[in-house]
Amino acid sequence: MTTTAADTRAPSPAPSNGPDRPRPPRRRTRAADRGFNRAFRYLATSAGTLILIALAAVAGFLLWQSWPALTSSGSEIASKVSFFQGQSSLASYLGPLIFGTLLAAAVALAVATPLAIGIALFTSHYAPRRLASLLGWVIDLLAAIPSVVYGLWGALVLAPTIQPVWQWVSNVLGWIPLFKGPAADPARVLLTVSLVLAVMILPIITAVSREVFLQTPKLHEEAALALGATRWEMIRTAVLPFGRSGVVSAAMLGLGRALGETMAVVMILSPGLTYSFALLLAGKQQTIAANIALKYPEANSLGMSTLMATGLALFVITMVVNMASRWVVGRRKEFSGAN
Amino acid sequence: MSTPDGGTRPAPTDSGPRPSTPTTPTPKKDDPAMAQRIDVKDLNIYYGDFLAVEGVTMTIEPRSVTAFIGPSGCGKSTFLRTLNRMHEVIPGASVHGSVEMEGVDLYGADIDPVAVRRQIGMVFQRPNPFPTMSIEENVLAGVRLLNKKISKSDAADLVEASLASANLWNEVKDRLQKPGAGLSGGQQQRLCIARAIAVKPQVLLMDEPCSALDPISTLAIEDLITELKKDYTIVIVTHNMQQAARVSDRTGFFNIAGTGSPGKLIEMDDTGTMFSTPKEKATEDYISGRFG
Ligand SMILES: Nc1ncnc2c1ncn2[C@@H]1O[C@H](COP(=O)(O)OP(=O)(O)OP(=O)(O)O)[C@@H](O)[C@H]1O
Ligand SMILES: [Mg+2]
Repeated sequence: MTTTAADTRAPSPAPSNGPDRPRPPRRRTRAADRGFNRAFRYLATSAGTLILIALAAVAGFLLWQSWPALTSSGSEIASKVSFFQGQSSLASYLGPLIFGTLLAAAVALAVATPLAIGIALFTSHYAPRRLASLLGWVIDLLAAIPSVVYGLWGALVLAPTIQPVWQWVSNVLGWIPLFKGPAADPARVLLTVSLVLAVMILPIITAVSREVFLQTPKLHEEAALALGATRWEMIRTAVLPFGRSGVVSAAMLGLGRALGETMAVVMILSPGLTYSFALLLAGKQQTIAANIALKYPEANSLGMSTLMATGLALFVITMVVNMASRWVVGRRKEFSGAN
Repeated sequence: MSTPDGGTRPAPTDSGPRPSTPTTPTPKKDDPAMAQRIDVKDLNIYYGDFLAVEGVTMTIEPRSVTAFIGPSGCGKSTFLRTLNRMHEVIPGASVHGSVEMEGVDLYGADIDPVAVRRQIGMVFQRPNPFPTMSIEENVLAGVRLLNKKISKSDAADLVEASLASANLWNEVKDRLQKPGAGLSGGQQQRLCIARAIAVKPQVLLMDEPCSALDPISTLAIEDLITELKKDYTIVIVTHNMQQAARVSDRTGFFNIAGTGSPGKLIEMDDTGTMFSTPKEKATEDYISGRFG
């Protein structure tokens, strides 16, 4: 943009081959260039602004809708809203929901990310080309399945069949609070939900990571190989560091989806409003999105407003998570290899 | 794929996990009788079906500098990369013929390419420091790969010695923790040289190491080459005739008949002879600048 500004200035000291050299054609192209340049700049700026406006509109809408709940006292909400379940204030209703949402998404991410990185590395650096594209196709197919189907599958197939596994896990690892037993039967528990969420976010993380890994400069891969790196060492020295920020972005995309996923959670989880880390017990946690979907039909106007307040919280959480990931990625920018 | 000379070999595409007991063409460095001599016989080099270099037979003497000269695209880099089995990392690339280091066929069935590359270091035509590593980490990258436990002070000494050899120490000694990619192109190339010599390879392959350097650094690298040849075998590709004349003991001239036809080794001899009385007319033309 600075160049454009400079170009518009009067022709600066003449070029060495004469000030009177006629050059109308050149001027015309430059003028046209400037036109396109300006048009493109407006286009890009307005697209960027539009996103900001949309975001602000959503935030404003949520705030406006949830205002009655935000300004009412806890006892008032408790008296008017049937699903408030004896909570003393909006915060104490919101707290367990935020906790449950974060827990479900975090566990899903912890399961999906390593798996996705593994698959992405396999398809980008190990598998023969045909197997790689077949695998990529299967993974992409996972992304095309609607979440209702995941929910049905999770509730009807996964929850009953995986129960013995969870039981075994709680027997072996029960001393860790996360895996406290006995595992609920059927396993309509948070771990089952997180597993389904992990499968749902696997495609996006895998696809983005794979693209990033494929873009590792050949030059750097060869530098590692020429030093006597095995394939895995080459991946460790050249591919993974190069792809790090891309993988973080991919994981954040996945996390965004996991935080907001509604149907699968509604259909699988047996909900509860506690701050419990027990992933294998029923009736302990609930996520914000699933809670809204469940309570929405029976909500009166203050109830609606309460649900909107939880929605606002989800919105803020997602933004904070995204900003945190930006920060993580940006912290070592000068080492990112982006130059 | 089979070639007229009968040397067929499937393209080894992989440098997968190292065998637990790697077979290395292990020559002992302290043993003068085991200096690194490389014999190349009837080497044909392919990119897929494209024959890039044909019928190279040569001997690379130990403890000496061998220079390759020739017009662009004649296959100097390609040939150089076959000496440490880097050629085969390109998909579809294959090599037919034999490359022997002290009588051990580097392309033998029981030879692990990873082990070969640990002994035969390489500096690439374009500088390629690891962008995610600091200058210091870049120098130590090869040593770390060898899983050598190295103490902090040894590491610092090695970094200083390697960078000093590559004539880079004075410029970077105050910012060893800064990213390697933040250096100028010429500095990056010297960093790559430091990285290659930090692991003390038996043989060092250098593909136009000075093409991005100023005359002072070029001279420093040439001094380094002269220094290194006391212990190592050095092969250098260069477009600079004076450089070939200055640093090398033997010179090989590659040429190509036309686009699409394979590059060939036209002539190889002592550098003095090559530059004064070459046997081939093509060599003389190229050296004296009469080449098209
Ligand atoms: N990755 C590749 N795939 C296919 N063909 C290649 C590849 N790299 C090089 N070639 C071809 O092999 C031939 C030799 O290339 P090479 O890079 O070895 O030339 P060179 O002598 O090093 O040239 P320069 O002096 O310009 O570096 C050229 O015809 C080139 O097009
Ligand atoms: Mg080259």
